[in-house]
Amino acid sequence: MDLNLTAEELAFRDEFRAWLESHVPKDWSAWREKPLEESFSYLRAWQRKLYEGGWAAVSWPKEYGGRSATLMQQAIFWEEMARVEAPPMANALGLGLIGPTIIAHGTPEQKARYIPKILSAEEIWCQGFSEPNAGSDLAALQTEARLSDGHYVVNGQKVWTSYGWVGDWCELVVRTDPATAKHKGLTVLLVDMKSPGVEVRPLRQMTGESEFNEIFFRDVRVPVENVLGKVNDGWNVAVSTLMHERGAYGARLILTFKRNIHRLIELSRTVQRNGRPAAHDPVLRQKLAQCYAEVEIMRLNQLRAFSRITSTGAPGPEGSIQKLFWSELNQRLQQLAQELLGPLGQLVAGDAHAADRGIWSYGYLRSRGNTIEAGTSEVQRNIIGHFVLGLPRSY
Amino acid sequence: MEFGLNESQEILRDSARQFFTGECPMSEVRRLMETDTAFDQRLWTKFAEQGYTGITFPEEAGGVGLGCVELILLMEEAGRALLPGPFFSTVALAGSIAHTVGTAAQGKEYLPRIGRGEARATLAFLESDASWNPAALQMVAKNDKLTGEKLFVTDAAIADWMLVAANNGVFLVQSNAAGLRIQPMLGMDLTRKIYAVQFDHTPAEKLAELSAISKGLDIAAVALCAEMVGGMQRMLDLTVEYAKTRKQFGKPIGMFQAVQHQCADMYLETESARSAVYYAAWAVEHESPDAAAAASIAKIYTSDAARTVGNRAIQIHGGMGFTWENDIHLYYRRAKSSETMFGDATFHRERLATHVIDAGSTAAQHA
Repeated sequence: MDLNLTAEELAFRDEFRAWLESHVPKDWSAWREKPLEESFSYLRAWQRKLYEGGWAAVSWPKEYGGRSATLMQQAIFWEEMARVEAPPMANALGLGLIGPTIIAHGTPEQKARYIPKILSAEEIWCQGFSEPNAGSDLAALQTEARLSDGHYVVNGQKVWTSYGWVGDWCELVVRTDPATAKHKGLTVLLVDMKSPGVEVRPLRQMTGESEFNEIFFRDVRVPVENVLGKVNDGWNVAVSTLMHERGAYGARLILTFKRNIHRLIELSRTVQRNGRPAAHDPVLRQKLAQCYAEVEIMRLNQLRAFSRITSTGAPGPEGSIQKLFWSELNQRLQQLAQELLGPLGQLVAGDAHAADRGIWSYGYLRSRGNTIEAGTSEVQRNIIGHFVLGLPRSY
Repeated sequence: MEFGLNESQEILRDSARQFFTGECPMSEVRRLMETDTAFDQRLWTKFAEQGYTGITFPEEAGGVGLGCVELILLMEEAGRALLPGPFFSTVALAGSIAHTVGTAAQGKEYLPRIGRGEARATLAFLESDASWNPAALQMVAKNDKLTGEKLFVTDAAIADWMLVAANNGVFLVQSNAAGLRIQPMLGMDLTRKIYAVQFDHTPAEKLAELSAISKGLDIAAVALCAEMVGGMQRMLDLTVEYAKTRKQFGKPIGMFQAVQHQCADMYLETESARSAVYYAAWAVEHESPDAAAAASIAKIYTSDAARTVGNRAIQIHGGMGFTWENDIHLYYRRAKSSETMFGDATFHRERLATHVIDAGSTAAQHA
């Protein structure tokens, strides 16, 4: 056990830190509160800059334009990005989830065709997995694709698609063999979102915004060479995408959580409670300390998981522990913010009295989605129960 | 950065697991818990032969010279085995404090006999107000003599010497000193015996000022957390095994999500406690700026999690879990006594608040 950074890790950090100093845009704060529709071209330009510096996808193998970064270097990368408050990258799903899946399962032609444009943000990717009748039970999905003279003809509906409105391409899971058991008849298609018959509608969520879309497919023709992996082996391809979703995302979140708990501690020094700063209220002190401790443990769990993945070579079910931990912790943290702020907590952006421009009322509502998206807490507990503890499948 | 164990640490952990399971199976735990002191000289001599009793002491003082991480690996395995007797009191508690507060000469005087398995020791800290805050201590040494009462002193009846935390210093008292009276207290934990110790003008040797005790106390607290993690792991393992084999309604009960999800939570809590404890051990050993905060975080999380894991373990075992015959309650009893030792979660949340909310909050910036 040695928790100091190694010489290579320090060199990696210093190189990226130096690059960021001269390249990170200084005007992001003016853009960050605008709707994504307005700021998206800004984010594309920023990703393009990272791409040109060779920093867009540090985790990817060198031969595909990455840096073959270790998990610890990836954590350092996100920490440095957060330290300078760098904007996010436009093609988040392409870089984080879909690119790695194409690298793992794609043909040489597919890799050559899609990978460079994911890196450069020339083509934005979205993910077509969930359906109205297939959420946690993803393998029950019904969107069908029938083979007809060299094309798959797709019909069906997807929901909860992030970046659907701006997506050029979609990693789409479809049913190609309705006759076999549900996991076995699935196939992953790479679908051009400009194809005739694709219709994207915004899905308004309880926060009032539309982060996600519904996508309708009506007789959409997809060439057979756009099958990713093998026909009827789409479940394995999709699962490898989900593993990336649960594993890597947590590393980035830690910085947001650290920032939030530090901000709450700061607020507690000014917000008044019974005629004194909340920081002096014994009950709130207990709650702040508990939350601080849990945020720290989230970081330590992640670091331990990294060491374990590095020694075993593959992301495993530890992603489920992280997902379960951070999503439930965020709900507790947001509730603590509400308790701290009292009546001020409910105020939304635009109200003159809102603390921190309404981020806490937004965060409170948004955190309800955390235990649902990317695998509900119930699904994560099933995964831990079955795959980690070896208990019999409950469903 | 490497958060995993290195090869020699893994070997130490594996051999300790084998050793404790082999030498102290549950039948032996149950035999020892029925005795007055839960101490077995034969077993103790074997610990010493393994080098366990001098694991962290410097080589000049006859020890093995390993660090806090190695200590917690031993403690975790001791916790898994529910090891009775004075290993914690002697090595992790009195040993760590004597080692950190004493001079090199004092270390050479007192530690080698512990390392060789010839002596045992403990710490007398709590008084009638049962507060773990050093500033609340009332006992004062006058002319190097102590008078008053200490409570909840672990393994005092078999200690050759004990450290005494008094308002004006850390003192060492020999077990045969004049005016010393040791009486058992009847605690819930049957495997670690506790005592009330009375001092009546008892001669004491001053080792250090009281403020010097904090690092040793943090090491001991983290070591105790590691022992709790070992206990949690054992309760989890027993429970998962039971959930796989016990059938109701024609199915293993582990197939029901109401049971399975509780097992998943036990796993999450055990692993999270382990992360906190391993980091705290490293931070304390390397005197990291957030060492005290890290020790508090470990004690906060582990104190609550050990109880919760125990609650779930008993519930999932159903009627069996409520019997004397089942081992879970023995771990559950230990978890409760460990929960309050060195301060419970509430105590440490307040202590953490002083680090991260009050003043300059240096720990907050480094954590």
